[in-house]
Amino acid sequence: MRTGEYKLNLIREKTFLSHAVVKMVIDAPNVARKRKAGQFIVLMTDEKGERIPLTIVDSDKENGTITIIFQIVGKTTTCLSEMKEGESLYSVLGPLGQPTDIEQFGTVVCIGGGVGIGVVYPITKALKEAGNRVISIIGARTKDILILEDEMAQISDELLIATDDGSYGFHGFVSDVLQKLIDMGEKIDRVVAIGPVPMMRVVCDVTKQYNVKTIVSLNPIMVDATGMCGACRVSVGGCTKFACVDGPEFDGHEVDFDLLTSRLRMYYTQEKEAMENFRCECHD
Amino acid sequence: MTEAKKKKEKIPRQAMPEQDPEIRRSNFEEVPLGYTAETAMLEAKRCIQCKKPTCMNGCPVDVDIPGFIKLVAEGEYLEAARKIKETNSLPAVCGRVCPQESQCEATCVLGKKGDPVAIGRLERFVADYERKSGQILLPDVSPSTGKRVAVVGSGPAGLTVAGDLIKLGHAVTIFEGLHESGGVLVYGIPEFRLPKLIVAAEVGYLMKLGVTVVTDAVIGRVKTIDDLFAEGFDAIFLGVGAGAPVFMNIPGENLNGIYSANEYLTRSNLMKAYRFPEYDTPIAQGKNVGVIGGGNVTMDSARTALRLGADNVYVIYRRTEVEMPARVEEVHHAREEGVQFILLTNPVEYLGDENGRVKGVKCIRMELGEPDESGRRRPIPIKGSEFVIDVDMVVVAIGTNANPVIPNTTPGLKTNKWGYIVADEETGKTSRDGVYAGGDIVTGSATVILAAGAGKKAAKAIDEYLKSK
Ligand SMILES: Cc1cc2nc3c(=O)[nH]c(=O)nc-3n(C[C@H](O)[C@H](O)[C@H](O)COP(=O)(O)OP(=O)(O)OC[C@H]3O[C@@H](n4cnc5c(N)ncnc54)[C@H](O)[C@@H]3O)c2cc1C
Ligand SMILES: Cc1cc2nc3c(=O)[nH]c(=O)nc-3n(C[C@H](O)[C@H](O)[C@H](O)COP(=O)(O)OP(=O)(O)OC[C@H]3O[C@@H](n4cnc5c(N)ncnc54)[C@H](O)[C@@H]3O)c2cc1C
Ligand code: SF4
Ligand code: FES
Repeated sequence: MRTGEYKLNLIREKTFLSHAVVKMVIDAPNVARKRKAGQFIVLMTDEKGERIPLTIVDSDKENGTITIIFQIVGKTTTCLSEMKEGESLYSVLGPLGQPTDIEQFGTVVCIGGGVGIGVVYPITKALKEAGNRVISIIGARTKDILILEDEMAQISDELLIATDDGSYGFHGFVSDVLQKLIDMGEKIDRVVAIGPVPMMRVVCDVTKQYNVKTIVSLNPIMVDATGMCGACRVSVGGCTKFACVDGPEFDGHEVDFDLLTSRLRMYYTQEKEAMENFRCECHD
Repeated sequence: MTEAKKKKEKIPRQAMPEQDPEIRRSNFEEVPLGYTAETAMLEAKRCIQCKKPTCMNGCPVDVDIPGFIKLVAEGEYLEAARKIKETNSLPAVCGRVCPQESQCEATCVLGKKGDPVAIGRLERFVADYERKSGQILLPDVSPSTGKRVAVVGSGPAGLTVAGDLIKLGHAVTIFEGLHESGGVLVYGIPEFRLPKLIVAAEVGYLMKLGVTVVTDAVIGRVKTIDDLFAEGFDAIFLGVGAGAPVFMNIPGENLNGIYSANEYLTRSNLMKAYRFPEYDTPIAQGKNVGVIGGGNVTMDSARTALRLGADNVYVIYRRTEVEMPARVEEVHHAREEGVQFILLTNPVEYLGDENGRVKGVKCIRMELGEPDESGRRRPIPIKGSEFVIDVDMVVVAIGTNANPVIPNTTPGLKTNKWGYIVADEETGKTSRDGVYAGGDIVTGSATVILAAGAGKKAAKAIDEYLKSK
């Protein structure tokens, strides 16, 4: 049974940031009012859809909108990318998760890889506003899919770019750029690293050697995202945590990345089947 | 009298027609098919209309049992439904899921010598009759009082509070965290025991009475209790259930293929994963499934696994069948469908394959010792008795805890050491003025009817509170 009041969920704007990454501005006044950096929503495109978590990249309290940026990876994100401005999502729930720990730490390096740049953006902005000196490192496989360069430049004291194929910026990984910063004698008080699991793992390997506290944002599979099911369990410091209510951010040096990787693969076969069967009947 | 009594007792307790176990173990349709009007009337005639009906002592919400049964015997089915609804707002649900064998039917006098009257089946019959007739009578709603009540959670407790308060003229808004209303009735109890259509009808009925239902609204996150007061709500009822899953914290428990019962049942029931790929949410289809625990939730998970195509489903329970908290009917149905019971056994570790998927559960045999605080004999592990059961999927169904979201975001709201909200048993009053609570969030996991009963009491207290303000 559903009603109108919170059911606006109207797509105001839709922009392709690259061929596989979409930005959307959605009407969600209650989420916009409450959200803090680091929090996320769960949405459903239609009644038969899956509940998927997406980070709140930005919000506009006045207009009652939130911004999401997502990569097209499977059925739900494809379906979402095919929805049009003026259409409404079936369900939007948020803000969920613990907000980022924002303080004045000194010099903070914010690292975003791929669509993770969207996730690290609001955190970078909040850290900058809290008076930190912010060095951002963003990276992508290749130049064409690098997102939010201008936006990140505006909120960083320094912006460094890396591409895997060398088509733009530094030729290599974001972790290599971080290593160079450290080698150059940059004194870093904290690192926030968000992106594909292998990227976060490598960054943590680097920072561990220098004992620099490193925050990562974990993206396990979620269902309710309210602490009710335990689908999102991750292991941090040897303890099981529910990423949706205890996280999604954790101390990267304590995270069991192998477990995360393995749990993300749990439905590989079914996800493929869903994609193969896919005809976008989701928003008629 | 004695003549009449003898004659009536000759009618045997009417059997419930059911789907054949071989067929039903592979579909999600309801198992018991329901009485026909003829069998209902026959069954109703068995009731001897006791002057001091003992059945009612067993009913937590004081349904006028002989009263409604008399109406059934007379063929006044709609009247009978209305009679029940005077005190129980969810008869179609309760007729299906209440543990009648330990409530009204346990105390029915006929049960002393033979079989008690099938009160639950009659309750279900009249509620279904009313719903199918389309002649659901809307009760008189008192003139508006101008007061506003927020009900947090749409399980049986919240639905009951909402129904009672709207009739008294208060404006009621239900805030539900999920995208569907009904609480455990939609996300927990499977379709084959409680069709979701019935829950939707109950919620629809409340909306017809004027209740506003707001889904996707996790209170504590979207808005806090204090925000709700600031928005102008005069009183708040918390019926948020005991929704946090419990794991055993044994090695290997995070392997792929190991679910909490909440996740497994939510995927299947709320997200309709049993209809994948028509619905998008996937669910593991284990061939050899272990379900840990011995309650209703365990049976529901086990029977769901069978229906999703398992060859072997093992219920693994650390005590014996006698101590199992599940309803007798559920255990019986599960066994008929082919669920296997491995009793006096407890998991100690899960074993995984090279891809991080569960492939076995190492268990230890148990024996029963002295009774513990619950009165049940305490299970004690037998040293050196470990053995491995091959499984490719596991559901952990050993209970739930309170979800801390509301207590953590509501200053001054008292909880006990387990995190349940402290509320007065008779009124549901909490430590915060104008805030009431009831159902599983106060008692810990209990039953639908106890949650509904707590809702009744709280509604009465809230009404008095609003009038005194
Ligand atoms: C707290 C949180 C915040 C997130 N924020 C963003 C964001 O801002 N932008 C964004 O693009 N993505 C984000 N994600 C990931 C996003 O939820 C998934 O990409 C999405 O659920 C995939 O759904 P699908 O049906 O399109 O793909 P599926 O077909 O379900 O899966 C396709 C592939 O994606 C992987 N996958 C499945 N579920 C998830 C998941 N929950 N997280 C990560 N990978 C998954 C699978 O391993 C699979 O290989 C976030 C995840 C979490 C938990
Ligand atoms: C699988 C299963 C089988 C069962 N079988 C039976 C049975 O056969 N017979 C029986 O009598 N009982 C049974 N029970 C128990 C019974 O369902 C519960 O005791 C009853 O539903 C409790 O009702 P409630 O209203 O307290 O809470 P719930 O039904 O748990 O509803 C609480 C609701 O509150 C919502 N909520 C939680 N937090 C928030 C928040 N912060 N903001 C907004 N909404 C929130 C939840 O999403 C949920 O919808 C079963 C339980 C389960 C899990
Ligand atoms: S105790 Fe049994 S026989 Fe007596 S009134 Fe109740 S249902 Fe009828
Ligand atoms: S997603 Fe269900 S508990 Fe986190």
